[in-house]
Amino acid sequence: MSSDFRVEGYGRVDRDQTLTFTFDGRTYTGHPGDTIASALLANGVHTLGSSVKLGRPRGIGASWTEDATGLIQVEEPFPEPMLLATAVELVDGMVVRGLNGQGRLAQIPDTARYDRKYHHVDTLVIGAGPAGLVAARAAARRGERVALLDDRAEAGGSLTGTETIDGRPSRDFVAEVTTELAGNAQVVHLPRTTAFGHYDDGFVLALERRTDHLSDPPAGRSRQRVHRVRAKKVVVATGAHERPIVFADNDRPGILLAASARDLLHRYGVLAGREIVVFTSDDAAYAAALDLVAAGAKVTVLEVRAQAPAGAGDLHVITGARVLSTRAVLPADETVGNHGRIASVAVMDGGGHEFGLTCDLLLVSGGWNPTAHLFSHVRGPLAYDEALGAFRPARSVPGVEVVGAADGVLDLAGCLGPEVTAGDEPERTPGEVIWRVPGATDRQFVDVQRDATVADIARAVGAGLRSVEHVKRYTTIGTAHDQGKTTGVIAAGIAAELLGTGVQDLGTTTFRPPYTPVAFAALAGRERGELFDPVRTTAVHDWHVAHGAVFEDVGQWKRARHYPQPGEDMEAAVLRECTAVRGGVGILDGSTLGKIDVQGPDSAVLLDRLYTNMMSSLKVGSVRYGVMCGVDGMVIDDGTVLRLADDRFMVITTTGGAAKILDWMEEWVQTEWPGLRVHLASVTEQWAVFPVVGPRSREVIGAVFPGLDVANAAFPFMTWRDTVLDGVPVRVARISFSGELAYEVNVNAWYAPAMWERLLEAGAPHGITPYGTETMHVLRAEKGYPIIGQDTDGTVTPHDLGMAWAVSKKKPDFVGKRSFARPLNADPLRKQLVGLLPTDSTTKLPEGSQIVELCDDGVLPAPPVPMLGHVTSSYRSAALGRPFALALLKGGRERVGDIVHVPVGGQLVAAQITSSVLVDPEGARRDG
Amino acid sequence: MTSATPPGAHLPEHGDFLWRNPEPKKSYDVVIVGGGGHGLATAHYLAKNHGITNVAVLEKGWLAGGNMARNTTLIRSNYLWDESAAIYEHSLKLWEGLEDDLGYPILFSQRGVLNLAHTEQDVRDSVRRVEANKLNGVDAEWLTPDEVAKICPIVNVSGDIRYPVQGATYQPRAGIAKHDWVAWGFARKADEAGIDLIQDCEVTGFVTDGDTVTGVCTTRGDIACGTVALCAAGHTSVLLDMLGVPAPLSSHPLQALVSELLEPVHPTIVMSNQVHVYVSQAHKGELVMGAGVDSYNGYGQRGAFHIIERQMAAAVELFPVFARAHLLRTWAGIVDTTPDASPIVGHTPYRNVYVNSGWGTGGFKATPGIGWCLADTVAHGRPHEYVAPFALDRFVTGALVDEHGAAAVAH
Ligand SMILES: Cc1cc2nc3c(=O)[nH]c(=O)nc-3n(C[C@H](O)[C@H](O)[C@H](O)COP(=O)(O)OP(=O)(O)OC[C@H]3O[C@@H](n4cnc5c(N)ncnc54)[C@H](O)[C@@H]3O)c2cc1C
Repeated sequence: MSSDFRVEGYGRVDRDQTLTFTFDGRTYTGHPGDTIASALLANGVHTLGSSVKLGRPRGIGASWTEDATGLIQVEEPFPEPMLLATAVELVDGMVVRGLNGQGRLAQIPDTARYDRKYHHVDTLVIGAGPAGLVAARAAARRGERVALLDDRAEAGGSLTGTETIDGRPSRDFVAEVTTELAGNAQVVHLPRTTAFGHYDDGFVLALERRTDHLSDPPAGRSRQRVHRVRAKKVVVATGAHERPIVFADNDRPGILLAASARDLLHRYGVLAGREIVVFTSDDAAYAAALDLVAAGAKVTVLEVRAQAPAGAGDLHVITGARVLSTRAVLPADETVGNHGRIASVAVMDGGGHEFGLTCDLLLVSGGWNPTAHLFSHVRGPLAYDEALGAFRPARSVPGVEVVGAADGVLDLAGCLGPEVTAGDEPERTPGEVIWRVPGATDRQFVDVQRDATVADIARAVGAGLRSVEHVKRYTTIGTAHDQGKTTGVIAAGIAAELLGTGVQDLGTTTFRPPYTPVAFAALAGRERGELFDPVRTTAVHDWHVAHGAVFEDVGQWKRARHYPQPGEDMEAAVLRECTAVRGGVGILDGSTLGKIDVQGPDSAVLLDRLYTNMMSSLKVGSVRYGVMCGVDGMVIDDGTVLRLADDRFMVITTTGGAAKILDWMEEWVQTEWPGLRVHLASVTEQWAVFPVVGPRSREVIGAVFPGLDVANAAFPFMTWRDTVLDGVPVRVARISFSGELAYEVNVNAWYAPAMWERLLEAGAPHGITPYGTETMHVLRAEKGYPIIGQDTDGTVTPHDLGMAWAVSKKKPDFVGKRSFARPLNADPLRKQLVGLLPTDSTTKLPEGSQIVELCDDGVLPAPPVPMLGHVTSSYRSAALGRPFALALLKGGRERVGDIVHVPVGGQLVAAQITSSVLVDPEGARRDG
Repeated sequence: MTSATPPGAHLPEHGDFLWRNPEPKKSYDVVIVGGGGHGLATAHYLAKNHGITNVAVLEKGWLAGGNMARNTTLIRSNYLWDESAAIYEHSLKLWEGLEDDLGYPILFSQRGVLNLAHTEQDVRDSVRRVEANKLNGVDAEWLTPDEVAKICPIVNVSGDIRYPVQGATYQPRAGIAKHDWVAWGFARKADEAGIDLIQDCEVTGFVTDGDTVTGVCTTRGDIACGTVALCAAGHTSVLLDMLGVPAPLSSHPLQALVSELLEPVHPTIVMSNQVHVYVSQAHKGELVMGAGVDSYNGYGQRGAFHIIERQMAAAVELFPVFARAHLLRTWAGIVDTTPDASPIVGHTPYRNVYVNSGWGTGGFKATPGIGWCLADTVAHGRPHEYVAPFALDRFVTGALVDEHGAAAVAH
């Protein structure tokens, strides 16, 4: 199809090349530089889809992102559910279709790449129109680091090329400034980049579209990039949006904003209609009208005001006029893309005469709304300006400057400032602020996308609503894709009119990010899949993989859970591993345990305050188990503490708690006790830790570290010793999380694989068995050692865990102490950690199961059924030859021996309450 | 070209008349501070259940313009502890009859909620909550990943995600409603009963006589009162401060966002803590999502953007099809959080002042329930049995209802 509405001599599209695309199944052509909207309009296509509620035809209404209606779905090359046709640059082979108000999410995965970039600048200028260019150039010339962003493909903003600046055509001025900026290494100039959010302290987010406009994007280039700019000063030079006027049937395709038609002509060489009516109350429409006439259109201007302004030239102007309504092409007449399109307007002139005018395009201009969104994002106050008929920045905000049309300055000279001279412009006469004309209010659309009318506003006001926020919510005005860019203030104006109050009194609305919609994927950036959260692996991860380990996520870590041998399921593997450890020797990769190096003269003071038990009395060379509580006295972490020197400790945390506990300690040190001379550093990843566990562990350790006296007397339980292996320092600690004789080997992570191999080699004659976290869990549970976060849930005190012994009675204070004095802490019915043995000796109770009193008749009563507690851990035990569980149970320690019921999948399983220590209650095994 | 209007386009119309805009009277039997969902619901039930209508609801801005206008409208009752399950289930039952009670469309849609589990501990906590729910008579199921995919096919239950879905809890009776519709339904009924809804009326102080508050000072003049009920959500701490009553409340921004209107893709509600985001698709077609609070304290209704970015990463991770959706609008409310993530309701040191606060990120679902119970509390001068466990003095006694640690589900 030929481009019927393209005019020679206009526009900057590349007419030497032709691009083909399809819209709603029909094929059209356009040129590089076109948008889908300009290409469709060049082909005479105005109608894109239908409205969400009423199903009325909807078309292109503007030439850029202020368009309230021109939505399309892109099918190819890159599926997009809902974009403005005006903002999609045309590439060859595109397939798009119209919408009925909802977009469709494509099912094929989005494999494009999205990324982020950070900038730190003195001045960020948002908008490369005349005001922005001048501001950016001035800042660059002052030697500042500058970022200049603009959402369109080329700089220049609203300049059409017809203006004169500094005595030259305005496009030359634009080229000159951008060239100067491009030559300055301190300046970043990003086109196709929309600043969409402005946050405190000069923080601006902007989205750059990097590939969609390219027919053959370079491999590896990200499709979109979020620029995160931190600027000392933010200059908002975002221009203004033209405002329509509301009249009956103002929602038809073929009705555009006046300046948009001008933009289409000069940018794309598109004359959007041939027989044009311009309905205006503002001067800017005259420049558009004159240009359209020059390009060959027939134009009639309907001027709201009593007099035509100075710039009217010899245009045909009917003053004091109103558009009353519009008519569409007859259905019989409909060609594709023409459905419902305007064919005539009903007009009333200043003398009250009504008549009709045929037209194929109606342009509307009711004045300008400063695009103050980015100013409003940071709480910049907006005030209603009577003369402008719009909200504009009322007061300044530190670090933010609003310039040009965004500040309500509507003449070019004003936007350029004193340093640059604009060519002569016709003097502006004041616009008339008019929201709507009289007429059928139920066909006067205020929010064309939401199908919300003046009648809806009237109903809202009639319902008693007095706030603009209520009116918007009642009518849904301003909530659509365009977020009310052009019509928000009209809704407020009409509501104020109906209420007989001022627009300002109705309350201003605040704009919220994003300025224009941003793809989820762009915001997700690289943080997808594997990179969603860093995967942390230990220094011997490869060994685990090579030996068939099954992993589990513990925090960010991948931990080996068990090492199944051929034919083994987890249960079988774990039973084998448990038997091996208690019967011989096993080895675990415990490197993920959190390790905090605590140094400084007040280290012991700090630890005394944070642990419930005494740490200052710990001797150098010794190890103590400790518990940390929150201020509420509930256990938050546990672990061992090694005293390395008078002024130095190694604090071991749980794997999942490492970062949290370092934060916790830092918070106390930095905010509550800044006077303490103590420093904390995470050394989790610097140390690999390999517990060698089981009755034969002494032989293994003795064989690997000849320099270490491993005898019980020389190296007793809960002590540590340094030794050296082949010149590499190694720390060995006698700590046991299984009740067995055990040595934890700590070594610089660089040497971890070698150390691991040495231990395995030395252990081979003893049948050393690598075991995973699941076996570790079973072994510790058999001994009644809790896992914080599994056997506790933030409501459990050390006393509840049977660890009253770990709560110092001597220390004057520690975090959590005060809370232990609360009456409820002495409640005998608090939940306590106990063991639970299913009486059938075979059922493994599901973890998380609730526990109820024994139901004598074997039937669960009707809800609500009182709960006694729940199963926190549950395993099959090789040592016991049966399943067992740990549970938190009301008054549990007093109830040892009782039978309770556990509902499991519709059955009641009886279980006997026992002590939480089921294996080696005397602790006879820890010394081997 | 498509011309049929899409599903969800035709929502019911709002009422022709909602409320009067009266001048404040000199005195009321009951003054409710805060015209959000809770204040309005309390007003409604005071009139309906107790015949108390000499009541004013004082709202500093526009009615229900606080968190009531900003929340993501998730309604569920699958809380862990008995105390929580009791009040939220009471509330859910009221939701089930609310449209009739109010004679107003509230678009309550019981489409179920999935709370995903991604780690072994998630699974334990989830099973624990499901079992507790069942014993408390709250509908709950534990679903395998395959069953999750049957209910919500767009959730990525495959293994190739950073934290694979291990299963989910499911409460079929959970759902969403339209927040404004709900607020306006309550307001309209309260107004109809003769209760004065007074907007642009900020309470700036209290007139006290010993342990009695005799009046409130407002930007529209002083108003004498018999009883005061504080329903100011994120600003309750400010009001309690005026009264010199310490309470462990901290206010945080909580953000939410919507996408453009999309064809129906998401039939239920999905929440995840590990891959932190929760999502539903509203009637008109927009995806509505949120996550956790911004960690700093404040009263400005604004949050930081990295919270949104992280949420988007989580959304795309769990729902690959969402990659192409667009963020259309973000906003924030100010939520009042407590140390145990449970509300603070009941007596204050002042004889005739009741506090209702601390609902944090999850008080929308409680709206009818708390309105009912607070009205009962005010009418009888003692805490209703469902709110009794949430007394302020629990932070002294230690009788916490800790929904944090165990269930760790917000909203
Ligand atoms: C982003 C977000 C998402 C959420 N999502 C959910 C969800 O999915 N499900 C859920 O159950 N809950 C959710 N919530 C929480 C829920 O919104 C709140 O818990 C609940 O709305 C609080 O009760 P309210 O409606 O009365 O509060 P509000 O609506 O905030 O009402 C308090 C009112 O008090 C007024 N006020 C304050 N100070 C004064 C004063 N001095 N004088 C007069 N008036 C005063 C305020 O202006 C406000 O209107 C969410 C909250 C947010 C912010």
